[in-house]
Amino acid sequence: MNDAILTVLIAMLGGAIRVSTPFMFVALGECLTEKSGRVNLGLEGTLVLGAMVAYAASYHTGSPWIGVLAAGVAGSALGAMHGSICGLPKVNDVAVGIAMMLFGVGVAFFFGKPYIQPTAPRLDSIPLGFWTDSPSLKGALQVNSLFFVGIVIALVLAWALRNTRWGLVVRTVGDSAPAARAMGISVNLVRLLTTTVGGFLAGVGGAFLSLSYPGSWNQGLSSGQGLMAVALVIFARWSPIRCVYAALLFGAAGAIGPSLQSVGITQGYYFFNAAPYILTLAIMIATSSATHSARDMPGELSMAK
Amino acid sequence: MSDAPATPSSASDLIQPVGPKAARSDLALRLRANSEYVAIPLLAIAIASALFAVFLIAIGKSPLDFVSYVWRGGFGTAFSFQNTLQRSAPLILTALAVAIPARIGLIMIGGEGALVLGGFAAAALAIPMIGVLPPIVALVLMAIFAMLTGGFWVGIAGFLRYARGVNETISSLLLTYIGIAIMNFFVEGALRDLSNPNKPSTKPLGDAYMVGKIPGTDVHWGFAAGILLCILIYLLLERTTFGFAARVTGGNYRAALAQGLPVGKLIVAFSGIAGACAGLAGFFEVAAIQGRANASLAAGYGFTGILVSFLARHNPLVIPPVAILFGGIVAAGGLVQRRMELPDATVQVLEGFIFVVLLTSETLYGRFSIFKPTASKDRT
Repeated sequence: MNDAILTVLIAMLGGAIRVSTPFMFVALGECLTEKSGRVNLGLEGTLVLGAMVAYAASYHTGSPWIGVLAAGVAGSALGAMHGSICGLPKVNDVAVGIAMMLFGVGVAFFFGKPYIQPTAPRLDSIPLGFWTDSPSLKGALQVNSLFFVGIVIALVLAWALRNTRWGLVVRTVGDSAPAARAMGISVNLVRLLTTTVGGFLAGVGGAFLSLSYPGSWNQGLSSGQGLMAVALVIFARWSPIRCVYAALLFGAAGAIGPSLQSVGITQGYYFFNAAPYILTLAIMIATSSATHSARDMPGELSMAK
Repeated sequence: MSDAPATPSSASDLIQPVGPKAARSDLALRLRANSEYVAIPLLAIAIASALFAVFLIAIGKSPLDFVSYVWRGGFGTAFSFQNTLQRSAPLILTALAVAIPARIGLIMIGGEGALVLGGFAAAALAIPMIGVLPPIVALVLMAIFAMLTGGFWVGIAGFLRYARGVNETISSLLLTYIGIAIMNFFVEGALRDLSNPNKPSTKPLGDAYMVGKIPGTDVHWGFAAGILLCILIYLLLERTTFGFAARVTGGNYRAALAQGLPVGKLIVAFSGIAGACAGLAGFFEVAAIQGRANASLAAGYGFTGILVSFLARHNPLVIPPVAILFGGIVAAGGLVQRRMELPDATVQVLEGFIFVVLLTSETLYGRFSIFKPTASKDRT
């Protein structure tokens, strides 16, 4: 019995690292976008389109890294679309996000149909478990390099937001658009750029889904990870570093179902699959407040009141 | 509450009489101002269709073929049109699930989850009743239970919004995923019909316990129920103090609080009614189409319903024609796929184009002087 618990825990550790990577990328992208005072709910669509484009590009070129890049470019295109539409007066960014979600998923399914069958070259993992003999630990420590790329991006983002002129501009635009305008900053341009970069990161997150874990392209690849990552940013209180922690927590929750399956507990599989959604909802309930807005929230954000 | 799209609900919101001149031609002014709400969405559909046509040409397909297949598959014959009406029933009901909370300033997109859970609840409740109760009693109980379940589900999102300030757009979509997982959990487990090895489903209702067709047509009663609900909801929103209180809350949350309106109850009640509509859609999908609850309930009607409601500018009386249009496109999807060798997501792409262009067109309101009443030109 103890062995079984250990196996589950190890599988959850490995799962947390694997499952958290797309969460991390989407959350970092959304974090940057929201820091500039805009919400992009469409990242679910970006994630799915990124996954499809990455898989297709990797299949055609034979290089998964070109796939990652292509996914980023596709994500940037969706982000730029969202950013420029929301720059128009009277346009609601939350509603546009919903539309972009449906649009991105639709386009991904449309062009992704021929890629469901063939296998594309996938991203290699770094075997960090070389020091152990336990095969389950070895398996759990097969960490994809994108995971580390994500952590580096989080560190750079946190540093840049705090210490660079660019970071100051983004934060000013996010906290008070009138103040930014008074400084001579083009609010719409800054938001367009942050949404585009946010889309790039979400696209790369999608590339991880199709090229590493689960590592194939099909229509059920992402079901709400993009959306949960958006909720996660609120939980992480708009800090890139906390986004990484939150993503790991979500990854662990997402790994419960498959981990239990690995020791033969299949009862309630669907229930455990719902665990990340329930966790997200629980976290939102715990961290929101009816009377005052969340701590550290960018002042221009229309969402979350 | 300030994050809802601007949805002026009637002309009177826009034009107050400014002098005797305006009062004299009140009707003309109303027509003129309201025509903007017709013209701009139509323009958006036209532009989106043009973009979609370019998209089809770019991938080497003929847009004309597409139009003719949609016509043949969705509207051209009596058979296809009845199929379209049948498909529009869940779209009407899930669009109402978006339009009702929109009136109170909430963007709820949980219709899909309420549909799935409502349908599942109806199918589950039917299991002990089959053969025990007469069909009409069983069906009424199932419909009520489906509405209660759907209402409860979306009501959660409304309650969380009011009590904890949880963003209702995200929570309602999360609840959709949870709802689908709950249905799968039971359908693949405790309530699985073991005599059906192919697709995990609940026990079939059997022909005697199915909702019939409207006499003289091939359309089930869900369509009539949808139309009736649209009228009732319209009256509720526009002609009762309850609906007025909701509009005040949606327009200015703080003002509603200051007025002493029961804001919390209103939000939960409106979310509940919205969920009940989607739950009823689930009931009809189970009791009139599928005959059992399984994964096919999550067919995306809830998501197309979002688009329908936005196109109808959240007006219950405009929802049916828009829903019929999209019901036809959805119904023709199969024909388009086979004949033009297009993937099944083609309809989704078209819907995506329309949705994005439609929301972009929001920026056009108030830009055309032709719609502006002359007397109030100095107003913005």
